[in-house]
Amino acid sequence: MINTILIISAGFISLALLFSLYRFIKGPSVSDRVVSFDIITISSLTLIALIAYISGRSIYIDVALVYGLLSFIGVIIVARYLERGI
Amino acid sequence: METLEIIGAFILLSGSIFIFLGSLGLVRMPDVYNRIQAGTKASTLGTLLSLTGIALMTPSWWSRLLLLAIFIIITNPVSSHVLARASHKAGIKLSKRTVSDKYKAYNQAKEEAEHGNES
Amino acid sequence: MKLKSFIVSFIILMIVWLLLTSSFDLAYLITGAVVSAILSLLLCKRCTIFKGMKLNPMALVYTIIYLFVFIFELIKSNLDVARRVLSPSLPINPGIVEVKTTLKSPMARMILTNSITLTPGTLTIDMVDDSIFIHWIDVKSTDKTEATEKIVKRFENIISKIYD
Repeated sequence: MINTILIISAGFISLALLFSLYRFIKGPSVSDRVVSFDIITISSLTLIALIAYISGRSIYIDVALVYGLLSFIGVIIVARYLERGI
Repeated sequence: METLEIIGAFILLSGSIFIFLGSLGLVRMPDVYNRIQAGTKASTLGTLLSLTGIALMTPSWWSRLLLLAIFIIITNPVSSHVLARASHKAGIKLSKRTVSDKYKAYNQAKEEAEHGNES
Repeated sequence: MKLKSFIVSFIILMIVWLLLTSSFDLAYLITGAVVSAILSLLLCKRCTIFKGMKLNPMALVYTIIYLFVFIFELIKSNLDVARRVLSPSLPINPGIVEVKTTLKSPMARMILTNSITLTPGTLTIDMVDDSIFIHWIDVKSTDKTEATEKIVKRFENIISKIYD
């Protein structure tokens, strides 16, 4: 029962990753790509937390924390770069 | 114990559905600002719900998951706001369905005032 | 004034440390206390972020009320955006409007704009003096006072109770 629900939610998150990847490849401007990068990061952050539950290791939660921090800094840096004009 | 796990699994499922809807919005929306609207925020709620579900399934992890949730609540609006302002300053156009753009009007008025002072 | 911001930032850093380690060993506690004290001394030399904060029981009650209002608004507006994304004709009506705020303290303004951004449908783009520019996915009125009434008021009333 619980296993089935976990597999279905992992499938939804993977579909979300696929759609954002489509926008990442097609996106006409730089901002579109950064937005889809942000969403890819946040979906894979959820996926890491899900994998931490499935494998039963709490250390993966720390990995997710550092991952979120790095993605936040990356988005801010690209945005600053855009604002000054390319 | 068993019922708590099942409730947590259903909350996790609803969170992943919200993440999916966010990325669907990312594909369907016409311009950058609407994509930021639909994408980042639906996936924020989705991630929060998923973390809540995992915290219900394994109660001993609640403190780190709470820290992760607070971190996401604080940083996500900041990054989407910075991105929106940067795209507006970089001159990325709004879609054709846009009704009003007060920010552009404000910036033009400011520029004209500065020009007036110089000449 | 300096002492208050030192105490507030020390408590926040200590709570983060306790959540991260999730243990009450003496060694952990001492390490965390020393590191948070040094950090808040270094960071709070000139900081004025916590200046307008009220430290009394009523502010705590209003903080909890604000959390509940915020979560309710978050879920309600997320369902609204999900409906827009799923419907085939894509019923959006976007635009950038200007609203006014009466809050003065920088921390209160940060909380207000973050709340506006986190409830989908509205996205803060810039803030100049007292006016905030907001991208609204479904513009109901471009008039300044009416938009303020619709977007800002529901949060501002509660935040003004917590901050001066």
